[in-house]
Amino acid sequence: MTSAVTVENMTVAYHKKPVLREISFEAPEGKLIGIMGPNGAGKSTLIKGILGLVPLASGKVGIYGKPYKIQRKLVGYIPQRESVDWDFPTSALDVVLMGRYGHAGMFRRLRAADREFAFSCLEKVGMSDFADRQISQLSGGQQQRIFLARALAQDASVYFMDEPFVGVDAATERAIVSLLNELKKQGKTVLVVHHDVQTVTDYFDWLLLVNLRKIAFGPTEEVFTSENLQKAYGGRLSFTETLVPSAGIKS
Amino acid sequence: MEFLLTLLFDPNTRWVVTGCMLLGISSGVLGSFALLRKHSLVGDAVAHAALPGICLAYMLYGEKSIGLFMVGATASGLLGTLCISLISKYSRIKPDASLGIVLSVFFGFGTVLLTRIAQTGKANQSGLDAFLFGKAASLVQADIEVMMGVAAFLIIVSFLLFKEFKLLCFDPGFGRGIGFPMGFLGTVLMLMIVLTVVIGLQAVGVVLMAAMLIIPPVAARYWTERLHRMVIISGVFGAASGIVGTLLSGFTPQLPTGPVIVLSAFLLFIVSLFFAPRKGLVAKALHTAKLRRRVAVQNILQSLYDLTEHTTASGIRTDGWGFSEEEIYHLRPQGSRQARRVLSYLKKRGWVQMLEDNQGNKRWALTDRGADEAYAITLNERLYEMILMYPSRFGSVKLEQEGDRIQDCVSPDILQELKLLLTKHNHPVLLPQVKYGADLSYTECHQAVTSRGGDA
Repeated sequence: MTSAVTVENMTVAYHKKPVLREISFEAPEGKLIGIMGPNGAGKSTLIKGILGLVPLASGKVGIYGKPYKIQRKLVGYIPQRESVDWDFPTSALDVVLMGRYGHAGMFRRLRAADREFAFSCLEKVGMSDFADRQISQLSGGQQQRIFLARALAQDASVYFMDEPFVGVDAATERAIVSLLNELKKQGKTVLVVHHDVQTVTDYFDWLLLVNLRKIAFGPTEEVFTSENLQKAYGGRLSFTETLVPSAGIKS
Repeated sequence: MEFLLTLLFDPNTRWVVTGCMLLGISSGVLGSFALLRKHSLVGDAVAHAALPGICLAYMLYGEKSIGLFMVGATASGLLGTLCISLISKYSRIKPDASLGIVLSVFFGFGTVLLTRIAQTGKANQSGLDAFLFGKAASLVQADIEVMMGVAAFLIIVSFLLFKEFKLLCFDPGFGRGIGFPMGFLGTVLMLMIVLTVVIGLQAVGVVLMAAMLIIPPVAARYWTERLHRMVIISGVFGAASGIVGTLLSGFTPQLPTGPVIVLSAFLLFIVSLFFAPRKGLVAKALHTAKLRRRVAVQNILQSLYDLTEHTTASGIRTDGWGFSEEEIYHLRPQGSRQARRVLSYLKKRGWVQMLEDNQGNKRWALTDRGADEAYAITLNERLYEMILMYPSRFGSVKLEQEGDRIQDCVSPDILQELKLLLTKHNHPVLLPQVKYGADLSYTECHQAVTSRGGDA
């Protein structure tokens, strides 16, 4: 099995205090991988560390065996929705076009082909009717789908999503899930920071449990055990006992 | 008028005006990016921080020289921004406070130096007094050439880096992710803002230069929802205020240029604030008034419909009878003055008729045409209630805008389902079966339920 993402011994520290300690894992190609852990466990930091958005105190990251810097075009990133100012004077299609900037390069204009591709990405997330809409006039779920479309426009092989399911309506959640499955069918690898323990087994093939360090990593049915959840969440997840058996039946 | 013409044909004036126009464009363009990055006040700090640099350059060199002034102003302006970021990085002082500290301290120091120069008695020849409030007339050919050169350079670079700056302002994290040097681009943008401020100092003055970076883009934001248009409009606003300010202050010998430029920019802002389409205050007020009126019309029609439906279904004859105003307001309370206005408007349109009973009291009833309208509105409203009642089943139904008809927004299957549900919940049945027979498909649907032994 080829590994799409390799993380070796990654440590991230803010103000001298480590928030992630010695994380190592190899994410196999073509899987939907959930990243779970309690609040403040460093899930977002893990993604940002891999993407070089926060400096690493130690460790190495590889995308298909080569350093991230060389492999940038293979990587798509969907940040948390609140990370930008949605009152910015721009249209939905414009935001999706930003996904093509990396391919165009600095100083270059975008071509008509980029525009068509971006529009087809909007169609995939069911937002083509909103192409010319100013982004502040979109609902939260629609904004999330615009971010998804922008990542699709990057035409990457590995995707990182930071809590795409937070604050979206049921329709958007369904749209995201079907999109995830389509990406998987195309052999792409997707790593998703996820919060909802109820849906983990339905959405993800593999699971990475973190709480400042790696708790467990592997196929969901092996990792999603009450013992591991206890380790990751401590006493904070009081319903782990009741949750896991039902998950066991399902798998 | 003649004076204006001679002024315009005076080659020197034309130079000055062109210079100020280019300055206005570049400050409008770069101000747009600064505004969207929420860095507007940095321009103010840079402008104030530039004053000691200019004075020092003069004291060291001994005479006025645009090149040295620019170097001095740029150096101390950059030093100012550096101080701001260092203070907020290494202390617990927040950026706004550190900006205030740097701005006032640098300006204070500059004023002290300026007084020192004035005491040597050469302030007038030095032309340094122009730097406080700006004096376009004090610009000589060499100044304007530098000004135009730098402004043109800045405009061209903004054009070339438009896509990168857009990403920088909207989502720098994403930009870093795709490998653009966001830190470097941020520095470039900052340098360009500093340069704009520096070339504007002599014409607009250190005190008011920031306004050139802030007011035109804020005004431009009212007119558009697209960045490229905002940048262009902002540049045009900047140019217009630059030209007007220069010409007006040219007429009046004692009038400094800076305040006039800023006031003309402000005038453009006021016009935008009130009269911009959609976002302007007037457009917004009109929109609200229209919405209120539409809701009031719908309320009255719906109330009349409900009353008619109720009385018809319970077998009370209502033909030629109508309802009193109190009955109508009781169902959906609203101000009686507005309601009366709406009623007379509906009467004019021929949707309601006014009747009088034996005691001469006014009573209102729907006309046939009014009943059709009221039926459409009521049906739409009740279908919408069904959507709200079953969020899990109809969560995916998105109504584009208020005022859209549900019948146009959903697939025939969903519409059929909604109507079935409506039949279940709506006792007594909607009126058309009884009186108007308006919606055939609804009637069919209703019959289908009955034949299946439904409860309707």
